[in-house]
Amino acid sequence: MTAHVRNQSQEVPQSLWGSRIVPFARKNGLQIGIVGVLFGLWILFIVGAPDTFLKSDIYRALMTSTPYWGVIALPLTMVIIAGDIDLSFISIMAVGMVVFWQVYDWTGSLGVAFAGCLASGFLVGLLNGIIVVGLGIPPLIATIGTQFFWRGVVEVVREGQGESLVIARGTVLRDVLVGKIGGYIPAQLIWMVLIALAVWFLLNRHKFGAHTYLIGDNEASARLMGVNVGRTRMLLFALVGLAAAFGGVVQSLDVWYFWPNLGEGYLMNTLAAVFLGGTSVFGGTGTILGTFVGCFIIGAIQPGIIAIGLTGYWTKLIYGLIITVSVAMHTVLRKRIS
Amino acid sequence: MGYILEMRNISKSFGEVQSLSNVDFRVGENEIVGLLGDNGAGKSTLIKIVTGYYRPDSGEIYFRGKKVENLTVPKARELGVETVYQERALAELQTLWRNIFLGRELSNRLGVLDIRKMKEETHRLMVDKMGYTSSAVNPDSVIKTFSGGEKQGVAITRALYFHADLIILDEPTMGLSLQETRKLLDFVRDIKAAGKSAIFIDHNVFHVYSVADRVVVLDRGRVAGEFQTKDITLDDLMEKMYRVAQTGSLD
Repeated sequence: MTAHVRNQSQEVPQSLWGSRIVPFARKNGLQIGIVGVLFGLWILFIVGAPDTFLKSDIYRALMTSTPYWGVIALPLTMVIIAGDIDLSFISIMAVGMVVFWQVYDWTGSLGVAFAGCLASGFLVGLLNGIIVVGLGIPPLIATIGTQFFWRGVVEVVREGQGESLVIARGTVLRDVLVGKIGGYIPAQLIWMVLIALAVWFLLNRHKFGAHTYLIGDNEASARLMGVNVGRTRMLLFALVGLAAAFGGVVQSLDVWYFWPNLGEGYLMNTLAAVFLGGTSVFGGTGTILGTFVGCFIIGAIQPGIIAIGLTGYWTKLIYGLIITVSVAMHTVLRKRIS
Repeated sequence: MGYILEMRNISKSFGEVQSLSNVDFRVGENEIVGLLGDNGAGKSTLIKIVTGYYRPDSGEIYFRGKKVENLTVPKARELGVETVYQERALAELQTLWRNIFLGRELSNRLGVLDIRKMKEETHRLMVDKMGYTSSAVNPDSVIKTFSGGEKQGVAITRALYFHADLIILDEPTMGLSLQETRKLLDFVRDIKAAGKSAIFIDHNVFHVYSVADRVVVLDRGRVAGEFQTKDITLDDLMEKMYRVAQTGSLD
């Protein structure tokens, strides 16, 4: 009888804890973890540099510059979930702007120039996919190659020359892409949120995303089950190309100038954001929320380091540490589970 | 008896290796065919041709008497071929419901997934077909946490769900416990009872003999012989298998 009563009294609190909270935590562990890291780091920065992190300037800067490459990290997450990788997007940003300027030069229309820019990004990304899938070259090597190649194309075409974009002053395109909403919130942040929602939907609510997870998890099985593996992987590369061209326009319009070295310096942040966000380097798992939060953590690290009194020399060391630790952590976790 | 599957003169080579040469192979309506043979005999190649994964170099394939050209994986499925590739065809890091609907997700015309329906169907299959009652396993459970037998159960349930007419079991008893093996053999008998056909591939002559109507022995890419199980004793079949392995001939 006593045993029975004790049993019951244990079960009642356990049922809510056991049936809801524990499974939720287990299922969303990585996402809860990354949000925890975000707040932990935030508190650290506020305590370490209250003058900076209790004022709005730093947040305005973060909202302005993180989306430049954050919009690329989102579809890149899908590529990495599928077990591939793309290192060439930093050059595609510049290729898109070369096309943008060229088309503007021919047509005098910013809208057409913008469309041409996006199309070129998509096609260059698709070409990555064709090289990787069609020829069977490991994506790491293939996209190092295309990264150099397309940067080279930009340098040859532009001969190192930049281009002022004051022509976009007061245009709809610039207002829509990089205007300030309410004089404070940069439009590119809204775009990053919208793209995150779209990519999340594609990954979690669409066949394309289901196949993406499947390919990264067990490619042989995906083929046996009739999934068009090649087409899915190629399209994923194309999406990264499209996003890279978009990011390139956003940044260039925001700073009023197209620099031919556009994109250089974004490779590490973007990859670090994806891996920090819990996407497995082995493919098969990863989340868009993780990457989204990862972007802002990575974005805050550089100003954070400087604000708490370290020199900028520390930035790379810390990015490197983040990539290594998050990939290592994931590998260890994966081994422990299986 | 009508044939659900007929393959004539099938040859397939991979570079220098002749995997199948001029193989004739049939499966009758409501017939369980055991496919026996040593490693490298060509069993898997033959099966992967039936499922549309490989194209034969030459030969003809007929389903229900109709010739099929350019068989692909989706086409084979449309024709009612379903394969239980044992656990290696599961996506280990994904949930149960995603695995049940692997490559054939329920979606609307735009490709938007009907997740609720898929989870409901998975739950129903778990209770009705797989016999799960534990609340620890649910449609959102990740496959990696399942035992070998449970994984096999998932692969088999998947085949059943999609109303296959010809179910291919590719070494389904590998890695299973005795209990699980028995359950699997019962399942093959269920296929027969349900009026469907199956190809059962295994190294284990006992397993194949106990469920098959007919046994086909492959050796080095050729059909070495075939027997109705009712016409041959298990001992004789074993004897012939050893002889084939040593001499390449049945007699």
